[in-house]
Amino acid sequence: MDAVAQWRNQWFDYTQYLRREGFLDDQFAQLKKLQDENSPDFVVEVVSLFFQDSEKLFNNMAGALEQNVVNFKQVDAYVHQFKGSSAWIGAFRLKNVCINFRNFCEAQNLEGCLRCLQQLQQESSALKNKLENLFRLEQQIVAAGGSIPMME
Amino acid sequence: MEACNCIEPQWPADELLMKYQYISDFFIALAYFSIPLELIYFVKKSAVFPYRWVLVQFGAFIVLCGATHLINLWTFSMHSRTVAIVMTMAKVLTAVVSCATALMLVHIIPDLLSVKTRELFLKNKAAELDREMGLIRTQEETGRHVRMLTHEIRSTLDRHTILKTTLVELGGTLALEECALWMPTRTGLELQLSYTLRQQNPVGYTVPIHLPVINQVFSSNRAVKISPNSPVARLRQLAGRHIPGEVVAVRVPLLHLSNFQINDWPELSTKRYALMVLMLPSDSARQWHVHELELVEVVADQVAVALSHAAILEESMRARDLLMEQNIALDLARREAETAIRARNDFLAVMNHEMRTPMHAIIALSSLLQETELTPEQRLMVETILRSSNLLATLVNDVLDLSRLEDGSLQLEIATFNLHSVFREVHNLIKPVASVKKLSVTLNIAADLPMYAIGDEKRLMQTILNVVGNAVKFSKEGSISITAFVAKSESLRDFRAPDFFPVQSDNHFYLRVQVKDSGSGINPQDIPKLFTKFAQTQTLATRNSGGSGLGLAICKRYVNLMEGHIWIESEGLGKGCTATFIVKLGFPERSNESKLPFGPKLQANHVQTNFPGLKVLVMDDNGVSRSVTKGLLAHLGCDVTAVSLIDESLHVISQEHKVVFMDVSMPGIDGYELAVRIHEKFTKRHERPALVALTGSIDKITKENCMRVGVDGVILKPVSVDKMRSVLSEILEHRVLFEAM
Repeated sequence: MDAVAQWRNQWFDYTQYLRREGFLDDQFAQLKKLQDENSPDFVVEVVSLFFQDSEKLFNNMAGALEQNVVNFKQVDAYVHQFKGSSAWIGAFRLKNVCINFRNFCEAQNLEGCLRCLQQLQQESSALKNKLENLFRLEQQIVAAGGSIPMME
Repeated sequence: MEACNCIEPQWPADELLMKYQYISDFFIALAYFSIPLELIYFVKKSAVFPYRWVLVQFGAFIVLCGATHLINLWTFSMHSRTVAIVMTMAKVLTAVVSCATALMLVHIIPDLLSVKTRELFLKNKAAELDREMGLIRTQEETGRHVRMLTHEIRSTLDRHTILKTTLVELGGTLALEECALWMPTRTGLELQLSYTLRQQNPVGYTVPIHLPVINQVFSSNRAVKISPNSPVARLRQLAGRHIPGEVVAVRVPLLHLSNFQINDWPELSTKRYALMVLMLPSDSARQWHVHELELVEVVADQVAVALSHAAILEESMRARDLLMEQNIALDLARREAETAIRARNDFLAVMNHEMRTPMHAIIALSSLLQETELTPEQRLMVETILRSSNLLATLVNDVLDLSRLEDGSLQLEIATFNLHSVFREVHNLIKPVASVKKLSVTLNIAADLPMYAIGDEKRLMQTILNVVGNAVKFSKEGSISITAFVAKSESLRDFRAPDFFPVQSDNHFYLRVQVKDSGSGINPQDIPKLFTKFAQTQTLATRNSGGSGLGLAICKRYVNLMEGHIWIESEGLGKGCTATFIVKLGFPERSNESKLPFGPKLQANHVQTNFPGLKVLVMDDNGVSRSVTKGLLAHLGCDVTAVSLIDESLHVISQEHKVVFMDVSMPGIDGYELAVRIHEKFTKRHERPALVALTGSIDKITKENCMRVGVDGVILKPVSVDKMRSVLSEILEHRVLFEAM
């Protein structure tokens, strides 16, 4: 089989896997739709932005949770922001963790919050890896002269 | 005898006499010496003395005289020769100086005398100037009075006030006994006493206008002294003792509106005058001074002007009242006319309907009857019935159309239609009729004639049909040619159509149709009548006349409505005729230019796929969210500005932005505030961009808040491309969007 076709299949399988596992949802497909001649690296840019932001947010959250008197409202605000961002790029699992996180914040459950933060960080780095793989694959396809198929 | 240098007196001295002489000489000397001193003192004190050297001379003379007398004192007794010598010298000097002085005085004294005369002269002059000053002051005073008078007179536009004020002020200024105004009566033959100063209610004295004294006054514009006994001055019965004061009369021109010509000043001869009579107090020995007369003349002129102003004002008020009345009457007439038109239209509509119904019945049933078994006579009768009712139906239609055309209430039904097919249909309709008459019909459509055009298809066809129909009708043999082409600018300006001013433009073209027949032709004299309603000439009316007299009239109206022109030419009877008309039609592709920046408006169910150039603003503090939303909108073609803060948004926003997307779920930031501030900034709805709130959850609170601040729509995040597309569509179409999930 042609290399390009092989890679395309790989890509296809991979995206399916990501969808199945809940790493990404439909929103990601929407994001891909916005990629056109005017903004060919749109998805990559947005995703990078997302991970940059999330770094900052994680630091902020950690800092806020380390305080003697924890300002849960502040933490909630950070989580809300993170949740919004995750929703926009279609990070399904992250979004769900955020929902839990917010519940803990409302309940002012410090331990729960810390656990959620940890979870967020883990999930986030996992997603990052997965997405990097996906993008590498896409680059390969494009470099070989093929075109990236549409996401369903 | 021994030589003695003594000089002895001639006779023996008398002691007493000597003593007295001695004392007198002494005093004389004293006086003589003191005179110059006094002179010097007083001259020094006075500022001006032109003859100082005379004084010196005089002083010297006096001093020497004094010296002489002083020296004389020594000569009474024995004196030595020295004394004698001194005495002699003094005497000599004195003689010289006194002679010189005497000679000088001859010159001086006349001068001094003339000074005196000059002084007298100046004194007289000063007295005279004083008198004149007094006079000028009086004149100035009077001038002030005049100005004040004028001001008083001109400050009112009421006739009576003007005249009354004049008399009062004049009477006051000039201290008159009586002042009266005589106005000409309506007939112009008499002067009537209208206003007086002292008498409260002047009795209606009249004097004939042609008295010599009055003529004298009227013939000059100066104030004229008249006799106190003249009829105009005899206002009061004076007791015999009184010597009546001097009387002056002046004319007051009464300027009529029509006297003011545009180019020249009013003619003097056509004026009417009033007479103002002023009487000085009796027994006062006062005389009329020149300046007083001048004042009277000036006042008379001012009064004339003030009166003319008052007259003009009266005129204009009258005119205005008249105009108002006319306005009201016109308004009423207009309303009545409108009512009449409405009534007529209603009537026509009703009648039309009423008439058409039975007519349709007749036509329909007659046609049906035709289908049945009929005897030849019956058939003939039925055919006649049918023909007549068709004619009647056409007539009714035409009448209704025409009346609507004339009101201007007929509007063309503009639509896109197939131009070529219109001609083909006309051709098809007319071919059978023409072939029956053995006429050949040729249709030429120019190659550059657009296939489709925009205009009123039905009425265009009617026009063409009518014209062609006429051609067929009035030709017994020969051929009919129909040509249709696009009129070019040179041919548009036809000398036969002097009132037709076609305007070339990119959206329209002019269709020119020419129908030529070789029929009976028309007498050129009858051509103008062709287009008038109901006017048929003998030559046109044939026994088979199927058309009413309205056909061409209606065509003309239609053609005019289509901004065109129609005319008929004929060389004469039997030489056929050519009917031509030009109408304006639109080009189908080009006229639908949409001015909207984001594509033509589509039906409500249609969703626009793209919004090129649509300016939108996105406010979101979340970087990722902002990027994606921006990308989303950019993908749909919008011109997106993305900001993260409310202040930034307000800074950037302008009337060009059509939609604003704001994230209202930002924690810590009240996104709704942006909506409030935008409402404040753009008070008019059409200036304000549509506001769409982006939120993570549409719960009750969110909805309430959205209603409170007045957003136009709410969307749930995250938004898909299709969702955004339909949201934009909906917002732009209806300006309001209900929750979009």
